[in-house]
Amino acid sequence: MRIELRQRTEDSRLMVWLSPLLALALTFVFGAVLFAALGHDPLRALYVYFVKPLTDAWSLEEIVVKATPLALIGVGLALAFRTNVWNIGAEGQYTVGAVCGSILPVMLPEVQGPLLLPAVLVCGVLGGMAWAAIPAFFRVRFGSSEILTSLMLVYVAQLLLDWLVRGPWRDPEGYNFPESRLFEADAVIPALAGRMHFGTVIALLAVAALAILLGRTLKGFEFRVIGAAPRAGAFAGFSERGSIMAALTISGGLAGLAGIAEVSGTIGQLHPSISPGYGFTAIIAAFLGRLNPVGVVFASLLLALTYIGGESAQVALGISDKIARVFQGAILIFVLACDVFIRYRLHFLPARRAAARAEDAP
Amino acid sequence: MTGFEAVILTIVTAATPLLIAALGELVTERSGVLNLGVEGMMIVGAVTGFAGAQLTGSPYLGVVASMIGGMALAGLFGFLVLRLAANQVASGLALTLLGLGLSGMIGEAFIGQPGLKLERIHIPFLTDLPVVGQVLFGQDPLVYASVALAVCVSRFLFRTRAGLALRAVGNNHGSAHMLGVHVIRTRFLAVLFGGACSGLAGGYLSLAYTPQWVEGMTAGRGWIALALVVFASWMPLRAAVGAYLFGGALILQFHAQAEGIPVPPQFLSALPYIATVAALVILSRDRWRARNDSPACLGQVFVPDR
Repeated sequence: MRIELRQRTEDSRLMVWLSPLLALALTFVFGAVLFAALGHDPLRALYVYFVKPLTDAWSLEEIVVKATPLALIGVGLALAFRTNVWNIGAEGQYTVGAVCGSILPVMLPEVQGPLLLPAVLVCGVLGGMAWAAIPAFFRVRFGSSEILTSLMLVYVAQLLLDWLVRGPWRDPEGYNFPESRLFEADAVIPALAGRMHFGTVIALLAVAALAILLGRTLKGFEFRVIGAAPRAGAFAGFSERGSIMAALTISGGLAGLAGIAEVSGTIGQLHPSISPGYGFTAIIAAFLGRLNPVGVVFASLLLALTYIGGESAQVALGISDKIARVFQGAILIFVLACDVFIRYRLHFLPARRAAARAEDAP
Repeated sequence: MTGFEAVILTIVTAATPLLIAALGELVTERSGVLNLGVEGMMIVGAVTGFAGAQLTGSPYLGVVASMIGGMALAGLFGFLVLRLAANQVASGLALTLLGLGLSGMIGEAFIGQPGLKLERIHIPFLTDLPVVGQVLFGQDPLVYASVALAVCVSRFLFRTRAGLALRAVGNNHGSAHMLGVHVIRTRFLAVLFGGACSGLAGGYLSLAYTPQWVEGMTAGRGWIALALVVFASWMPLRAAVGAYLFGGALILQFHAQAEGIPVPPQFLSALPYIATVAALVILSRDRWRARNDSPACLGQVFVPDR
């Protein structure tokens, strides 16, 4: 038997949303095989990984905490990918956002007041935007691929952070640990409940704003047209350069906001490992959420669960928490594979007919 | 050994993995497939190579294992983008993320173990020649293999019928299909070759460059190799020149640190990445040339309609 792809006359709207669910089911199957290969009871391991974290309050809070940066970065990336701009350097923009947002609390700790927190957040956004503007400028001015330039800048950003917390910004009272001084109270995002903080509310507002921008405004339409058919966009008078520039800087700004929100709301100081790869995991959130802001929120919650599940599996089963990244990669692979059904229908040809057709072929 | 010799030697060993990975990706891209998963295939190659050498006791079997590791991931990528017509950019990223995760898991058992080193060759008399002896006749076997590979890939692409078919597939898959070239099969083989090379490049890191397993030890070299392909305008011999230039940039930092140049080490470590960005920008300034050099169907989906 041979399998052929036949293009559908129209993309299947049903499959757009079925595909991630199918991918999730495949991930569970893959997980069961993986756990069995590691010598664990697959069902129990899957329960520990994907269900147990949902049964206690602490883990649920932690999922919200981890989903917050993922959703903030993910909606920005959804906008960028829709515009056909491949910003894969969000991890760097997150880092620079965290660094720029920390300028006031670390260098001028005596500055206090109700305006400090907004200033800190704005600095974070501007830092992320500036870092994303570098590949954006190179792309529109010289035509350099933003894929490679934005990714290279991740390493530069991480080295910048590393230098700051080991050098000029190291806390003089920190016993030589590579970390900055703790943020003073006015620079800290207030807590909601437990470990959760108001950054989550900010993230939801950002998601709503992007959903309206993309779905309800002319500007959002411009982004989507430029992404899908740049020539058609040009005839409509849309600026391709402007859209690329805007998509990259907006996604960078949101990544920067995620960075400073994480540092100010969750960690409280700068240190070299402020991110367990949020900028890269958010790429998965964007695709899994169908490049749709609301979808990204659900995808972020699921991916946050993979982080917590990894910790849970490490504690309960002694499995390396690196397995979280394997699951995250597998989810993206499966969702990309299942997306084939959106545009194509599978046709099963019996062996004899396939052979006959092969003979006809030129 | 003089200081100059030492510098050249380290540049060569730093350039070799870049060259091998770039040559593989170059062939893949010439067939019209953009595989952004080089970093992922490379790190998996590094860990399977290290594991293979530890378990069999032979660094050469480790080299084979590294190629198999890279090819396994490349096969997955090929299935996704060729059979299922998935988006190539996203699939490549997925491959990198999966590769980083898998390598971390596989490698956990090997952290801190002393590795087996791929020994440098020693030819009596020739290797002992002053100045050039060590550089020309005292490298490890993969260094020579990488240079030979550059020449072979160049000959293959531009002097053989199969190479012509591969370039045709990359430049105009519709016409190549009409002429009876099996587009999907050609591309799949090119992707597998790219995977074997990326895996080998990773194996070089964990078996020759620094014989040990460290998580994330590729440190962006896969991405630099991708940039190198653009830098070389898809020409194998130019990729060799580029790899040695980049190798120099990678090595500069260590020597600058050893010389005690008063610059924070992080700034020096950032140099290769900044140099990569600079090289990409300078090269793409000439848009007309950039467009003409790249394979015309790079990144485009091909689904045979019959």
